[in-house]
Amino acid sequence: MDVPFWNREIETADRSRLETIQLERLRETLSWALKTPFYQKQLRQAKISSADDIRSLADLRKIPFTTKDDLRLNFPRGLLAVDMKDVVRIHSSSGTTGIPTVIYYSKEDINNWADLMARSIFATGASSADVFQNMMTYGMFTGGLGMHYGAERVGMAVIPIGGGNTKRQIKTMKDFRTTVVHVTPSYLLHVHTKLEEFDIKREELALKKAFTGAEPHSEDVRKKIEQLWNIDAYNSYGLSELNGPGVAFECVYKNDMHLWEDGYIVEIIDPDTGEPVRDGDSGEVVLTNLIRRATPMLRYRTRDLAYLHTDPCPCGRTHRRLSRIMGRTDDMLIINGINLFPSQIEEVVMRIPEVATNYIIQVEKRGDLDHLTVKVEIYPKLFLGDPSQLEALKGRITEELRSAIILHPSVELHEPNSLPVSEGKAKRVIDLRPKE
Amino acid sequence: MAKQLTIFLENRPGRLSAVAKSLIDNNIDIRAFTIQDRGDYGLVKLIVNNPSQAYLALANLGCACALKDIIAISIPDKIGNFELLTSALAQNNINVKDAYGFVLQTNLKGVCCLEIEESQSEQAQKVISSAGFTILKDDELYNL
Repeated sequence: MDVPFWNREIETADRSRLETIQLERLRETLSWALKTPFYQKQLRQAKISSADDIRSLADLRKIPFTTKDDLRLNFPRGLLAVDMKDVVRIHSSSGTTGIPTVIYYSKEDINNWADLMARSIFATGASSADVFQNMMTYGMFTGGLGMHYGAERVGMAVIPIGGGNTKRQIKTMKDFRTTVVHVTPSYLLHVHTKLEEFDIKREELALKKAFTGAEPHSEDVRKKIEQLWNIDAYNSYGLSELNGPGVAFECVYKNDMHLWEDGYIVEIIDPDTGEPVRDGDSGEVVLTNLIRRATPMLRYRTRDLAYLHTDPCPCGRTHRRLSRIMGRTDDMLIINGINLFPSQIEEVVMRIPEVATNYIIQVEKRGDLDHLTVKVEIYPKLFLGDPSQLEALKGRITEELRSAIILHPSVELHEPNSLPVSEGKAKRVIDLRPKE
Repeated sequence: MAKQLTIFLENRPGRLSAVAKSLIDNNIDIRAFTIQDRGDYGLVKLIVNNPSQAYLALANLGCACALKDIIAISIPDKIGNFELLTSALAQNNINVKDAYGFVLQTNLKGVCCLEIEESQSEQAQKVISSAGFTILKDDELYNL
């Protein structure tokens, strides 16, 4: 098989070379981190006052973990390590409890990110000869712009179409002879079901490859995509705390994702003890960003469960491969590629006096897409007996949820005391999607 | 004014019988009922012999229910009378939010219950009386 390299020297560097780079960049990152109020405090508590306290990669474990809560509690500037005049990009997510998280990027950070992204794209065999339709949401979500910059760097013809509007997606694929798409797996399956409706045949399209990401999916889903579309689909992993897409990506062999170890230090830990698991065992992915100055990120707990392959990949890359994401250590749901915490829904429900505090979140597949239903209880004292009141209430809840979580849920009204009570470990989430 | 009891119920088996059982337990007698289907839920509208007692009984069970004013009209069971009533309201630009009717004695006597917007309720009662219909007093309706 032809194995293309964006940067053969780094991608095939032996372990000692990679570790030398990692240590050097870790020490550099630590010195940037010490410029931020959050890490000053965090590292001082761990008795780390300068890069000199980190003498080997083993010393990494002296550094405390960073969590999403830390990011929220230190919003908006607690992790900013550079002057605002040196910031060229801000990505932010709505977060779980109304407090958002934010990541700042300097010019060099964007450059480093684009380079890893370009490396990822190139590893799949895509090149400047390709027409690239980026079907991920642009805006504050890193999936859109992150991939965009990498694709431009490769020299692909980039179509920044963004998410949604299936008819336009298909027409664009046809008009510009798109060869590569970046998309959530569920949406790519959905688009396929619409080809007939829009009277376009697969043979009229030039599609060859898909980069699938933003939601965990199984090998079966990949096979289904590949068979239906007659393309190659490559899995992608990333999260905004660690830049976005381009943390790990599949090569032409499609046997799990090379994690770029000159850009990130990966650890797999037991989520309960925080201790490393044995080589090859699964656990929580913890990542340290080695290539971002504006918002340094040390030992970030991703809450994603996965394992690292111990055997080498036939492509010759030395960067270890990360498995598909097998689950989460928290209650985060991923619905059509959008991250959702039940607490975000709870917060909206609590704001509306006409409904009680009990609620149920139900997720199911409708066709290939996920559908979210939020069930709430009528609060009896504010019930007036009017259907118009109830419809207005439904509309209001739907609208408030939509603006809080981006997704468009169905809202169901239920009788008082018919849903599980909020005390104890009430099961609020019913996920009816088939388990992979 | 006469009261109608409106009950919010989920649209699933067993909910109506739960309400019916609670009414029996409280010696409530049903005069008329209708159900408005709204998809995942329904609104049950009841005329009973003792609306406030029925309301308390259901509220104690935790039901979302409400007492609503309605205009209950005694109508002779004769072809043309419903048209007469509704055109009188129409001519005065009075909107009917919801309505249901039942026959008490075939060819003799029927009852029509109307939900009218509060702002138009007083005018509606005048129009109905002027058209020659009798509005039932609370007790007359409850003890039919």
